[in-house]
Amino acid sequence: MSILYWEERKTLSINNSPEMHGIPRKAPTQEERDDSSLKAAKLRDLQSLLLHFHHNKIYTEEAIEISAKLLESNPEHYTAWNYRKLAVQHLLDRHQQNQLDSQSPQSILDDELILVENALKTNFKAYGAWHHRKWVLSKGHSSSDRELRLLGKFQKLDSRNFHAWNYRRFITELKKIPDEDELQYTTDMIYDNFSNYSAWHNRSMLLSKLLEKSAKGYEKRENVLSEEFEFVRNALFTDPDDQSGWFYHSWLLGQTLKREPLFLSSSPPHGSNLSLSIDKPYRERHFPLILYFSEAVGGVSSSTVNVEYFYDGGDGLIWFPLAANKLGFSQAWLTYIKYPLDTLESFHVKVTIAQFPGIISSSGMPCSRSCYIYFTASICLNNQEDSELQTTHKISWNEENIKPHSTHPEDANLLASLCKLDITKENKPTTPMLCMETISNEIACSRELLLSSNCKIGKLTLARLLVAHNTLITYGCMDSGTEANYEEILALYHDLMKMDPAHIGYYEDEYSLVLMKQLTPNTESLLKLCGNYQELSSPSISSYTSVRLKGLSLSRVSCLEHLLWVQMLDLSNNKLRSIEGLEALQQLSCLKLSNNRLSSFTALEPLKMLNSLRVLDVSYNEIGAHTIDTRRYLCSSPLNSTTGSKWQSKIFTDGDADLKHFWYAYLLFRDLNLVQLDIVGNAVVDERLKAFLVKLMPALKWFDGESCH
Amino acid sequence: MGELVVEKHIKYIISIEKKQDDFASVVMEHLRLNGAYWGLTTLDVLGKLDAVDQNEVIPWIMQCQHESGGFGGNIGHDPHLLYTLSAIQVLALFDKIDVLDIEKVANYIASLQNEDGSFSGDIWGEIDTRFSYIAICSLALLQHLGKINVEKAVEYIVSCKNLDGGFGCTPGAESHAGQIFCCVGALAITGYLDHVDKDLLGWWLCERQVKSGGLNGRPEKLPDVCYSWWVLSSLIMIDRVHWIDKKKLINFILDCQDKQNGGISDRPDDAVDVFHTYFGVAGLSLLEYPGLKAIDPAYALPVDVVNKIFLTK
Repeated sequence: MSILYWEERKTLSINNSPEMHGIPRKAPTQEERDDSSLKAAKLRDLQSLLLHFHHNKIYTEEAIEISAKLLESNPEHYTAWNYRKLAVQHLLDRHQQNQLDSQSPQSILDDELILVENALKTNFKAYGAWHHRKWVLSKGHSSSDRELRLLGKFQKLDSRNFHAWNYRRFITELKKIPDEDELQYTTDMIYDNFSNYSAWHNRSMLLSKLLEKSAKGYEKRENVLSEEFEFVRNALFTDPDDQSGWFYHSWLLGQTLKREPLFLSSSPPHGSNLSLSIDKPYRERHFPLILYFSEAVGGVSSSTVNVEYFYDGGDGLIWFPLAANKLGFSQAWLTYIKYPLDTLESFHVKVTIAQFPGIISSSGMPCSRSCYIYFTASICLNNQEDSELQTTHKISWNEENIKPHSTHPEDANLLASLCKLDITKENKPTTPMLCMETISNEIACSRELLLSSNCKIGKLTLARLLVAHNTLITYGCMDSGTEANYEEILALYHDLMKMDPAHIGYYEDEYSLVLMKQLTPNTESLLKLCGNYQELSSPSISSYTSVRLKGLSLSRVSCLEHLLWVQMLDLSNNKLRSIEGLEALQQLSCLKLSNNRLSSFTALEPLKMLNSLRVLDVSYNEIGAHTIDTRRYLCSSPLNSTTGSKWQSKIFTDGDADLKHFWYAYLLFRDLNLVQLDIVGNAVVDERLKAFLVKLMPALKWFDGESCH
Repeated sequence: MGELVVEKHIKYIISIEKKQDDFASVVMEHLRLNGAYWGLTTLDVLGKLDAVDQNEVIPWIMQCQHESGGFGGNIGHDPHLLYTLSAIQVLALFDKIDVLDIEKVANYIASLQNEDGSFSGDIWGEIDTRFSYIAICSLALLQHLGKINVEKAVEYIVSCKNLDGGFGCTPGAESHAGQIFCCVGALAITGYLDHVDKDLLGWWLCERQVKSGGLNGRPEKLPDVCYSWWVLSSLIMIDRVHWIDKKKLINFILDCQDKQNGGISDRPDDAVDVFHTYFGVAGLSLLEYPGLKAIDPAYALPVDVVNKIFLTK
């Protein structure tokens, strides 16, 4: 790398480019100062002359010559390039009008090409110069040979010059040079120097195009990818520390694993029995139905999801994406199923998903496999099974209040039915054998490489391959005989945190994703996390099933497909910066997020979607401790045109100083019907905020442990 | 940790404003309006915007305006989006956007949108996602985003998304931190950040941090202080800034200071300039270096300036 540095410095300081890079810092000598003044005076003259000619539309030979002098020494002077284009048009017009001494178009445009080449010699990164050349080319001038030769020269000087690569793409499109030829060019560049990210990038673009249109020789996708894996393996084994090959390898992996979005789970779960309370007013006689997919999808609606039960609700059901964004894509989707006054005692519900085309992932892959779930709903006359949390008493989250489920056999059964996770066999998709083979092959190669070279990206790639392997096992239909194993992956991430401490935040996030997969794959492992929460001070209140994910060093939450039923969740004492994903847990009534790293109210945005939330603990976080808000553009606010106009009229014309100051907290807490809030231990908390929040939430009974209202 | 020599930087910037005769100034005469933005925003972040007399700056800016409504880089230079944004940003710093004929400027910008949603920099037709960002940022600050086809603009930006999660100047162009900032910024302002695969791009961006702690602009290239802005602000907008080592980056930026004469350079011991001084200070603000005003990662202006425009109508 140091060789590169000196070469770059040499090139840049030799030419008098106004580049602001790579120029050594030293006080100029008197001689240098005089020299600089002289040069400055000369250049200033050229520049003011140019402006004079430009404003007065003077296109004499001398004027044009001066513009050339200027552009050759200062190719960044964009107005000069504009002048030049006007001069060219003027000359072309003269020729058109058959004026005496007029130049031929060929000669005029040739002069421009030569000028651009000279200007590029001064600074081969000048946008204006490259654009001028494109402008000349668009007049039908020059041959592809000439341009490719020019490009060859520049790409030899600097194979990473993106201007040259962009220009190359411009020429290949203009002159209709086939993608296959360009692919060969990238092959040559890569053989010349493996560390050519620009060539690898171009290669990936060209291959994508060829595969997409099933060009001749590129029809069999698996074969092409297989060959590419072999091709990149050479680069990886030759120089494992160079990133270029690894990024390409990661792209190939993505291409291999590309699959349809899958339906993963629902709430109520398949095969369960839901208890409904009959003692409710008409508009509350509905229960939520949630569908959870393997990735964010769009197009979930009453025409793509069919819900059959005895009652025909009239109009089609409306489905809501449980993610706050303009695009309408989400992993979790929600609708409400109504049951009328004269309902049956017990009824079946069958939900058919992806019955018709329309559900697609954000990358455009359609969910083509139709599958179904069914469950029953029964009316319950007493209110024992009412899922609405009793809120007359404070939730203390004390450890003594939680008993493991093993001591309550009826609860264990209840839990087992709550998280019955077997999706019917017909619903499970198949995994192409070739895909599994490729992944296994790459795992073997990575292991081999790591034996001789303990490199960071190699380890990371192995971890990703193992995760992919596990995913194929978990969601595939084949009996591979192996169970998904996560220990090795977690160990790899621990290694990476030590090897590459600068990126520890990244590895912690990846670690958290894997850990969540390990903790929640089946009923058995979930039972370990569950407890029966009973407020000891008030034994008359029913107990609740709580899930404990505390103290696990989790920095993010995910893989929630098996937790959709959770009412009480303890995520305290982790490293959470974000709670994105929690929107799917629609049954959540009590949430403990104390002792984490939530750094702003905006990080709590997902809570806006949790209509059942009554008890929230965000104490001992970092809200208010930071001057920079990293979720500012990821939440709904007037800064990114995602709030309606009613926002403005309400908050800022009302003239309430507190409202203006706490505008985001207002938007967040206004719609939450909290009964209990703990917020102590955050820098933002002061008497003013406390008073503001208590006033904002009239239903609040406990604030930081003390009763209010 | 090293120290930020605030007073020296303030002196350096003020001296640049005055000095116009050396070669470096003459060669960059055509982008003086950008220079004004870099210098003045730095002063504001350092808490010293009042060191400059707005009654000298504003008339000069208005003289850079062309009859089309757009601004040139200096008096007499042709109009271009690049300088139009800087003009609007500088006026925003002084809370003087209303000296503009806003309709006129907004119309100029909107007229440069092409049918495919892309933007040309000027009437000569160069297309680049930098211009998409500039148009969107400018119009948002002028509160006239409705003058362009936002959906089409977003569509074009998305067509420049690459397989590594990053963005290039035009469809198919290699990912580059500068272009990524422009595309992510434009998507942030229009509320379409969901088009960004945050994990994929976040990893590509965090891998820009090299051993010295500095950030480069794309793989296997040298670190440079200006990427402390472009990579960093992108990471912040997608909430992945915790994927780099902030302390190490702060130290790299501080090492690029000229502690004698003021100013910050691209790399330690290189010549300083106002461009890198701005990016170094703005980067330090994003890294929460103490004593600096918070800067907004999408609009590249102090947060109080942005809040004033959007939260008080």
